Amino acid sequence: MSDVRNVVIVGSGPAGYTAAIYAARAQLDPIIYEGSVTAGGALMNTTEVENFPGFTDGVMGPDLMDSMRKQAKRFGAELITDDIVEMDLTGDIKVLKDGSGNTVKAKSVILATGSAYREIGLVNEKRLSGHGVSWCATCDGFFFRGQTIAVVGGGDSAVEEATFLTRFADKVVLIHRRDSLRASKIMAERAKANPKIEFLWNTEVIDVLGADKVEALKLRNTVDGTESERAFTGLFVAIGHIPRSELIVGQIDLDNEGYVVCEGRSTRTNQKGVFACGDLVDHTYRQAITAAGSGCAAALDAEKFLAH
Amino acid sequence: MATSKVTTATFDAEVLKSSTPVLVDFWAEWCGPCRAVGPILEEISNEYGSKLKIVKLNTDEESAIAIKYGITSIPSMYVFVNGEVVTQIVGAKPKPALLKDLESFLA
Repeated sequence: MSDVRNVVIVGSGPAGYTAAIYAARAQLDPIIYEGSVTAGGALMNTTEVENFPGFTDGVMGPDLMDSMRKQAKRFGAELITDDIVEMDLTGDIKVLKDGSGNTVKAKSVILATGSAYREIGLVNEKRLSGHGVSWCATCDGFFFRGQTIAVVGGGDSAVEEATFLTRFADKVVLIHRRDSLRASKIMAERAKANPKIEFLWNTEVIDVLGADKVEALKLRNTVDGTESERAFTGLFVAIGHIPRSELIVGQIDLDNEGYVVCEGRSTRTNQKGVFACGDLVDHTYRQAITAAGSGCAAALDAEKFLAH
Repeated sequence: MATSKVTTATFDAEVLKSSTPVLVDFWAEWCGPCRAVGPILEEISNEYGSKLKIVKLNTDEESAIAIKYGITSIPSMYVFVNGEVVTQIVGAKPKPALLKDLESFLA
């Protein structure tokens, strides 16, 4: 592909698709790399989304993403189910390479690569991943029917996963290193009212035990430092996310945690013609609706840039 | 060669007694990452099917086999040679990463 596109969008999810909808309607003929296995983004692994405005009775995360995708397509966005594996964003013409070895050139790039699951960072967490350690309750909950499992974390995703997992498990123990939840009130109240959920406050997981599958967790009390062991057959890790910015290190200004730094309230990065949106820039809100909003802003910023 | 479906009834003949290495894709309808990796496995099967047979096992319908092999996350892609599990891949991966994981079977 030798022609130079107006705008390439990297990453799907609410930010990438919204940017694609706006850019397509602005007749910028956008091309969006959705990701070969991550298309649709984080919402693809959720169930019911109750707080996306406009859906009175809630909407399934994957259905919401499918609608956004179709909406982008309707206005002519070119959707590619592949990954971008290399980017040179420093020149006036940006050069990107996809997972199939094709190169695409563009005058502007919208980064919407989102975030990846954060790991606790234990050797045995990695070793037993797929053998009781999981990052996806909607994928794997089914395999823990009638069992006692742990969810680690205290935010919305941990509480949502714990609640979801009670459909299958006999008991779900939510392990959190603080003494109160970060999750939204309505979700926290729902979890607290659920008889299958037990809360283990001020506790962190320091090891995952088991020869070839999870058998127990080694725990430490964050207040008095006492250590203990408790039997579990599953561990769901929901301790937040890390921005997927590894491909742009050294080209785009990132903060200490790896999030893209934008200029003021805009989506402009330090590289002319490169814009960023969604979880890749957002420490704070990380909602589908805020990601969509910033994807819209990125498309408008790109449109303005291209007009000059 | 397209991928084919394997069940409890056909597992022995299709997988354990196969003369070529077999990749079993443990998957389910409701698993997003499974649906994402499905077309990639289809492509690999079309390109390398003579060297590595790829079959799909629906863990909803055939849970006995999934339990037997200790599956707790899907997608899980296990490669069987002479009836033994020799490689375990857990989680959806892009095609280049999968090809790398499987390179010893595709050469």
